Amino acid sequence: MPPAMGAALVRDAWLVAGKDLRIEMRSRVGLNQIAPFAVTVLVLFAFALDTNQEALRTYAPGLFWVTVLLASLLAIGRSFAVDLADGAADRLLLSGIDPIAVFGGKALAIAVQLVVLEVLLGAGVVLLFDVTVYRYGLLVCAGLAAAAGVATAGTLYGALVAGLGVRETLLPVLLLPVVAPVLVGATRAFQDAFGVAGAEGWAWLGLLAGFAAIYGVFGALSYGALLEEA
Amino acid sequence: MSSPANRAAVLDSTSSRATRVLGWLTLAGFAVLVALAFAWVPEDTRITEQGDVVGQFDAVRLMFVHVPSAILAYTGFGLTFLASVAYLRWRTDWWDIMAHSSAEIGVVFGVLTLVTGSIWGRPTWQTWWEWGDVRLVTTLVMVLVFIGYLAVRRIPADSAVQARRSAVIALVGTANIVIVNRSVDWWENRTLHQQSTLIARKIRDETLFTLSFALAVGMVLFAWLLLHRFRTAYLERQVEELEVQEALVQRRAEASLGGDRA
Repeated sequence: MPPAMGAALVRDAWLVAGKDLRIEMRSRVGLNQIAPFAVTVLVLFAFALDTNQEALRTYAPGLFWVTVLLASLLAIGRSFAVDLADGAADRLLLSGIDPIAVFGGKALAIAVQLVVLEVLLGAGVVLLFDVTVYRYGLLVCAGLAAAAGVATAGTLYGALVAGLGVRETLLPVLLLPVVAPVLVGATRAFQDAFGVAGAEGWAWLGLLAGFAAIYGVFGALSYGALLEEA
Repeated sequence: MSSPANRAAVLDSTSSRATRVLGWLTLAGFAVLVALAFAWVPEDTRITEQGDVVGQFDAVRLMFVHVPSAILAYTGFGLTFLASVAYLRWRTDWWDIMAHSSAEIGVVFGVLTLVTGSIWGRPTWQTWWEWGDVRLVTTLVMVLVFIGYLAVRRIPADSAVQARRSAVIALVGTANIVIVNRSVDWWENRTLHQQSTLIARKIRDETLFTLSFALAVGMVLFAWLLLHRFRTAYLERQVEELEVQEALVQRRAEASLGGDRA
């Protein structure tokens, strides 16, 4: 690939990500609906575990990531619902932007939203579940890598179900089993960062990064075929 | 009008001489397998150095369903993967139908594997389910991925669109299983499953023979199911094509009637 083409891809991906994020900034669906939903799930977990502070602290990493995954379903669905309205997806296709850049841009926008959500939920588990953070570096790296993994896999599956009448029910069935390794890896890394279990946090970071890389490459390559049919 | 009808007449049933032979072979094989498994194979026991009697006892007989089911489930998923690759390469209906048929059979055997494994695990491992076991969790995720695949296949869509979408899901889903397997392995880093019982020759000759026989019967059953499922899917497409043709003929007839009146 010539350098000029690579630069064009990055610029176009940046444009698509900017478009998606601008829509979210203006519509505030993420802030007004998805974030409150995620916090509500955290509160429900506290109710389910009978306000047992010790249990909440121990299971905080797992509860945190289950909440992120559930909320990510909404963010991914929202990202593609926006494109369906008023034939925006067709115009995006006609704009001549490379599908690889569209994939990269949409995944980046979703990842940014997930990171914002993680910060909010992170504050939530520290305040509500009384968690202490011991390793900030690991926490940040694992949070970023897991967001990238969920965003790349989510963009691929979001495009697969976009345009189908049953997409709201189909996306969880397809995506959740696939992101199970992210849940395992991110939970382990956070256990280490929170000091609740002696897990090899940095080794798990490798799994998270590998997952994001595999889905990034696969999604970018197959996105063209998926866009054409929608 | 006549040409689609003639084509459908080429195949008006899912059975043929080959499937009838396979069907009877399966039935006869099962009868022999039941006799071998319950009458010939002794229960699994070993006496330890301390004089304790340990082993799987009668539960070992479940292996004759469990092990072939697991192998056939993965055969089905593997076939779906290969057929999906071939579909994306050659774009023919044949490979698409093959991917769909083998995925369905894979899910049936996958569920059977999980159920029989769970029933076997209760007396042997003293638990219905063990989260730390790599193969158990991997198989569960694999079955869930392919249940999602079948859900996509049930959504009405243009056949080329559906075939391409399904093929991508099958490819990603199968590739994902490697990641799931590795992550669960690192997650608990232990397995309850028998490690190479066959190689260590810890298995009795009668049990080994019956297991091999069960696998052979399972393979015949798999082929029988696949042939029927493939032909059913093929006939479904013929019917769809026929309906479109008939609708076209009706529209044309209406158009010509309207023309006469005018």
